[in-house]
Amino acid sequence: MEKFNLENISLSIGILVILVGLWGLLTQKNLIKIVIGFVLFDTGIHIVMVSIGYIKNRTAPIIDSAVDMNNASNLVVDPIPQALVLTAIVIGLGITALMLSYVLKMYQKKKSLDITNYKDLKW
Amino acid sequence: MVKNSFIFIVLIGVAAILLNLFADFNGNTELGTIAAHYASKGIEEVGSANLVTSVVVSYRGLDTLGEVTILFLSAAIVGFFLKVDNTDNKNRQLKYTSEILNTASQVLVPIMLLFGAYVFINGHLSPGGGFQGGAIIASGLVLMFIAQPKKEMGHKMINIIESVSGVSFVLLGVAGVLFASGFLDNKILSLGKFGTLFSAGIIPIIYIFVGLKVGSELTGIALSLKENQNEA
Amino acid sequence: MLSIILALFLGILILVLAVMAVQNKNIVVAIIAAGAVSLFASILYLVLAAPDVAMTEAAIGSGLSTIIFFYVLNKIKRQNG
Repeated sequence: MEKFNLENISLSIGILVILVGLWGLLTQKNLIKIVIGFVLFDTGIHIVMVSIGYIKNRTAPIIDSAVDMNNASNLVVDPIPQALVLTAIVIGLGITALMLSYVLKMYQKKKSLDITNYKDLKW
Repeated sequence: MVKNSFIFIVLIGVAAILLNLFADFNGNTELGTIAAHYASKGIEEVGSANLVTSVVVSYRGLDTLGEVTILFLSAAIVGFFLKVDNTDNKNRQLKYTSEILNTASQVLVPIMLLFGAYVFINGHLSPGGGFQGGAIIASGLVLMFIAQPKKEMGHKMINIIESVSGVSFVLLGVAGVLFASGFLDNKILSLGKFGTLFSAGIIPIIYIFVGLKVGSELTGIALSLKENQNEA
Repeated sequence: MLSIILALFLGILILVLAVMAVQNKNIVVAIIAAGAVSLFASILYLVLAAPDVAMTEAAIGSGLSTIIFFYVLNKIKRQNG
């Protein structure tokens, strides 16, 4: 029972969201559902990354009245995964917009949102 | 039947890799060596009260430059892919937007733009920064375009703001090479008194440019998806 | 102790909404469920002591991403009819 702390719970939530997103990506037929699968996959990876940097009983990495200036390295959580996830969220939005513009162009060509109708590259 | 079992095997394989990570993770009790250096020496070297800001802009500033480039590339590709058809903009039958949306947007849009500007100007003192402020400004501008679809704020103005902010960000980095010790160094201006608005070197100025660039870029992406397209 | 109960509650909600986003036949319900997953993940980031990440995820994940999905869906339905 000693593994029942906050970072293990959020790590397992992140891993389960990654698996749900990957399953939706591989089995759905509608093009927009495939893009939703990508979005869930991305969100799961961000949750895993932020929960690795958590340290028990410490607070957010901002120096104000709650965190003393000289003792900061004993009172804050890890700031490096948070900086990486900040960038990754904005890039995820750019990728989603790009995928949706591809979906729009594909629909204009063949008037169908079902991926089994796009068999032009198969031999 | 073969395809279903193949998908199942892929999912089991990915789950096995991720559960390996879960089993080896014991929780941290101390900060790592690099993180301890950023937390303890970060205040006198960089001078900002928000440690995540000092990591994003100053210690790993080159990653932020790469991210700004990727965002610019994706906005350019979306704009290139969806060409705008200008011929039938005059006689489109636009739906009448409801009165709640009109009145609420007239109250909310100035407040949202002001709040977004506040968030990225105070990026080094409280939680916030360029990316958050830019996303709030983009949400405000999209609300304005939903509520009044006849108002055609120039697509050109958004592109000009975005390009000027991007070029200024790179020029500030090059000024760091000429006047101080490296690319994107923040000791060109003095560090100032800790915790006031005019402190931490050029971090507020960099974040103002990043905030304007991200805001205008996300608005440009949303507008390209909204306009009419050619049938080409 | 309180944070562990809160994290468990948020975790169950996030998983139920994620399965609903993938399985449901109605596309509008699926898009809104994906936006709600981002919203509850933003609250989870706040419990994990990361206020910057929480602000960014709330503004981008459950605001701008949902709006872009609805723009594209509107264009597809308008060309269909």
